[in-house]
Amino acid sequence: MAARLMQGNEACVEGALAAGCRFFAGYPITPSSEIAELLSRRLPQVGGSFIQMEDEIASIAAVIGASVGGVKAMTATSGPGFSLMQENIGYAAMAEIPCVIVNVQRTGPSTGLPTKPAQGDVMQARWGTHGDHPIIVLSPSSVMETFLLTVRAFNLSEKYRSPVILLMDEVVGHMRERVELPPPESLEITNRVAAHVPPEWYFPFEDPSTDVPPLAPFGEGYRYHITGLFHDRAGFPTERVDEIDAWIARAFGRIEQHRQDIISWEEDFPAGSRVLVVAYGATARSARHAVKLARAKRYRVGFLKLETIWPFPEEITERLARQCRRVIVPEMNLGQLALEVERVVGRQKVRRVNLANGEMITPQQILAAIEEK
Amino acid sequence: MRRYEENRMYRYLRRHKKFPNVWCPGCGIGIVMGALIRAIDRLGWEKDDIAMVSGIGCSGRMPVYMDFNTMHTTHGRALAFATGLKMVKPKMHVIAIMGDGDALAIGGNHFIHAARRNIGITAIVINNSIYGMTGGQYSPTTPTGSLATTAPYGNIDQPFPICELAIAAGATFVARGTVYHAVELDRLIEKALVHEGFSVVEAVSYCHTTFGRINKLGTAVDMLRWQKENSVTREAAAKMTPEQLQGKIVRGIFHERELPEYTAAYAKIIEQAMAAQRKA
Repeated sequence: MAARLMQGNEACVEGALAAGCRFFAGYPITPSSEIAELLSRRLPQVGGSFIQMEDEIASIAAVIGASVGGVKAMTATSGPGFSLMQENIGYAAMAEIPCVIVNVQRTGPSTGLPTKPAQGDVMQARWGTHGDHPIIVLSPSSVMETFLLTVRAFNLSEKYRSPVILLMDEVVGHMRERVELPPPESLEITNRVAAHVPPEWYFPFEDPSTDVPPLAPFGEGYRYHITGLFHDRAGFPTERVDEIDAWIARAFGRIEQHRQDIISWEEDFPAGSRVLVVAYGATARSARHAVKLARAKRYRVGFLKLETIWPFPEEITERLARQCRRVIVPEMNLGQLALEVERVVGRQKVRRVNLANGEMITPQQILAAIEEK
Repeated sequence: MRRYEENRMYRYLRRHKKFPNVWCPGCGIGIVMGALIRAIDRLGWEKDDIAMVSGIGCSGRMPVYMDFNTMHTTHGRALAFATGLKMVKPKMHVIAIMGDGDALAIGGNHFIHAARRNIGITAIVINNSIYGMTGGQYSPTTPTGSLATTAPYGNIDQPFPICELAIAAGATFVARGTVYHAVELDRLIEKALVHEGFSVVEAVSYCHTTFGRINKLGTAVDMLRWQKENSVTREAAAKMTPEQLQGKIVRGIFHERELPEYTAAYAKIIEQAMAAQRKA
């Protein structure tokens, strides 16, 4: 494919279509609206469907409904809409329905700064819906990465029957970069496993051969029940603790046991690095530049860019941080992922660099933290 | 009495799995479920082609017992879930089962917008005038002046007229029946099911456990008898004065018109977009 200038939100659309997304439901909100606008044009061209719903609650509900119909489905929003979606993100987690939720973060709380970037939804993405639940969250830092991580979001969602959140931010969503998209045939695309047993043997929430039971689409001969209540293997409500415990073990297990597959990152960690900078999203761009500036001044600095932020990549963070005196965590919030880094490497080692006023963190601000004694 | 296996009703129930049901003895929701089954049975639809989507509350539990593709969703959101499903499976018969609080309070926005789109979903609103499952709090259809556990001094809210609301919002088939007139109700549901577009049936039920007890309306049988004595057909109502109609439930079809159904309209968009794409 020829190289072209592309916006982050546009790359998200290209990634979704390449991954096989054929349904989008959404509600207009800055800075994510380009995703809806482009998909309203593109989806019917490939036989898919687009619908603008009455609010974000309805949008995520329609996405789950479409996914139950067997179609890869997505919605896109920003902080205020993401807050409204929490209810049904919990439903998707409970009922194990694959879907992708894109949140192009802006500064909050509330209406906040609609056209300014932030990374204030890191904890909401993890814990926004009530109750304990497994979740997967990815965060891109460039236009190309937005394309690739959108494809990956769909793949992980289908593979693990889980809602997957793509946590973008205003800078990544609206920035334009020169990209050369990989040819579609070079992409690895995962589809959900089809039910392979006769309907009378089918259990949508239990399969002895796997921790991710096949999900049969509605209308194809497998009549079963889906609920947001705790349910047994057939999907019917239950209050039996043995059945509830079994669900919890399997639902969390299917993410925990596949951490290696789910977690991705990029490291630039020369041997002998004494300081580690851990960043994600748009802030990773400033961090990378800061590391370059610091190295020019002969500081021994390593860089870890996280692509998966939930489940938190403890293993790699711990491995690199162990060799360092200090770990610097810049974020466009007042310290959210830093809490996880602190949990893993210890509070004493961590130096937070935070900004939540709508401005990006500059390389110089991160450099100053690297240079601190 | 016909034997269990011979009764046609049981073909549609998950009979070995999920009975007895959660409803109080004497509840009207089971009558609505029976009416719905009779309507579907007369239409001869395949169970595989039917999806039943519900929200939260006593009515929301109905899909558990029905042998269709069933989804028990979040409070008020049944129509939004159903919309997504109908968009990708336009040939499926999608039925949304909701209560009055579910459809009109927390789900009110979804209700009017599904009606506005005229999407091919049949919405059955089981109206018992109260939040039954949570213990009898006033709902958007609780009559003014009635008592509820959250209206100990009497309800000062005005009730929503469900059918008028549905018509104003754009639904293309709107009817009301009562659970006392069960046979009439299944005819209304049958017509709603075959209608192309968004169809609404308000099934007037009752809750003797909460609303009936706090308002001293007697047993389930008393409340059924009240429906018998205080409801009139649309035809009879046309001949009555507003004073005579005070406090009466009017039954029948209130609205029926043809308008392009949403997924059919969208199918044309797909066709055009794909044709333009092939040309380009």
